[in-house]
Amino acid sequence: MEAIKFEYTVSGDDFTSAGQASTDLKRKLKVMGVDSKSLRNINIALYEGEINLAIHAGGGDITVLVYPEKVEMYLDDEGPGIENIELALTEGYSGASDAVRSLGFGAGMGLPNMKKYADEFYIESEVGKGTHIKMVVYLQ
Amino acid sequence: MANTYTHSVTLDSDLCRGCINCIKRCPTNAIRVRDGKATIMADRCIDCGECIRVCPHHAKKAVYNVLDDYRHFKHLVALPAPSLYAQFNNLHETETVLAGLLDIGFDSFFEVAKAAELITDATRKMIDTLPKPVISSACPAVVRLIKVRFPQLIDHVLPLVSPMELAARLAKEEVIKETGLAEEEIGCIFISPCPAKITSINNPIGTRKSSVDGAVAMKDIYPLLLDSMKHPTQTVEASAGRIGISWASGGGEGSGLLTVENYLACDGIENVMGVLNDLEDGKFQNLDFAELNACPGGCVGGVLTVENPFIAKTKLKALRKYMPVSMNTIGKEVPQNMLMDKELVYNPVFELKGDRMERFQKYSAIEHLMGELPGLDCGFCGAPSCRAFANDVIRGYAKKEDCAVMSGRISD
Repeated sequence: MEAIKFEYTVSGDDFTSAGQASTDLKRKLKVMGVDSKSLRNINIALYEGEINLAIHAGGGDITVLVYPEKVEMYLDDEGPGIENIELALTEGYSGASDAVRSLGFGAGMGLPNMKKYADEFYIESEVGKGTHIKMVVYLQ
Repeated sequence: MANTYTHSVTLDSDLCRGCINCIKRCPTNAIRVRDGKATIMADRCIDCGECIRVCPHHAKKAVYNVLDDYRHFKHLVALPAPSLYAQFNNLHETETVLAGLLDIGFDSFFEVAKAAELITDATRKMIDTLPKPVISSACPAVVRLIKVRFPQLIDHVLPLVSPMELAARLAKEEVIKETGLAEEEIGCIFISPCPAKITSINNPIGTRKSSVDGAVAMKDIYPLLLDSMKHPTQTVEASAGRIGISWASGGGEGSGLLTVENYLACDGIENVMGVLNDLEDGKFQNLDFAELNACPGGCVGGVLTVENPFIAKTKLKALRKYMPVSMNTIGKEVPQNMLMDKELVYNPVFELKGDRMERFQKYSAIEHLMGELPGLDCGFCGAPSCRAFANDVIRGYAKKEDCAVMSGRISD
């Protein structure tokens, strides 16, 4: 079964555009009749990913593959990379700047939430090269 | 598509020129132009009245009755919406309007603003027992929108009937007690600012049968009232204060809660959809209450009103200046007759039908077709956008050849 593919670009300059991919994907998956629990998990996981791409990575690409039974989300950036992935996955740990925090972000829940809401979560990161994330949510 | 749903918003096909104004504006993509005329998809329409607002040919109309249609009732009760008071110049007290209602033929009145104050008090008393944020149940267009688009938020809708409904229930009790008439001899007529509330009389939300017997348009009653208000023959007493009157404009219901600090007030159907989207995603933290009104400015922005909503709001402010804050409270417990007695149910009209694999295949076909369509959203096919058209084709409501660009009738 050929997957339905959606591609989004998250800008590193225009912070205000972050969140549009998850909103668009939600609208589409609703038409497909995806159950509300999976929809919520997908939405939160992708939203957190988008925000990370915008505030930490200087932008990046999102590829979503929709299958009848699952949704795969790939987030790729060429940003600064994550030095200590284990630390970054700790709830409450944040590498966000004060400016970003003043907007209500940077609570240190980005990566932890992505891991929590996705059924499968894979991360690869190299300092100076960028970060690659794959998340899978199985549909009910 | 069998559907018994009767809407207040309808089309006068003689006046319709088949332009694309309404299809573009409809928040639920419920309108298509077919054979040169707009048609409304009954299961999608939420009666918000946006198409009435935007139609340059006045072909979109709200269907309602006139006062004379209700003369068969032995006792006629006027249920004036709070927004009625905001329609007049130099109005110093609501009594002038209420006396006018008696002079144009009503036997009595029951202020919807009074019922609104009771609902405000009930909301205060029950809010901490409900899933937050609690969403107001007052605007029927918003509740219908939630029912078709935001299933996850259904549990957040305040489980109380609308002020209009409560006013009718209480009015009937009152009149029966005073006159000894039977319930069916009493006609409770709502003076409505909008078609959505009129629809919710025949198709009630959250209750099995509405106690309201009919409605007249505010703009129809207005000239009659203006006349009668010049020479009032009756003396009456109003029984609603600032809080009840303030429900007429956006933010009135929320601010009237007083003890609830974290509330949000939003009006205009596009804005409301944005807020519902964010609420569904859980993006608001610690929000207690959301007052959402489909019309710009709140009920004063309804399409059946007379005055510009912003001017109406200013008039309302002047009117309520020396009014008591509130004149109505409930006891400790929320009375049974204020509660909804029918569950709100999700109506998945936008979802594709079939099992998981079928839905996936249909959706895949939509995306595939999207790749072929010009993406101009020109409306030539009669659908509001290429995406809506692709949905229609896959659902069997339209044919691919209807696209003027793909079939070569107009060039890209």
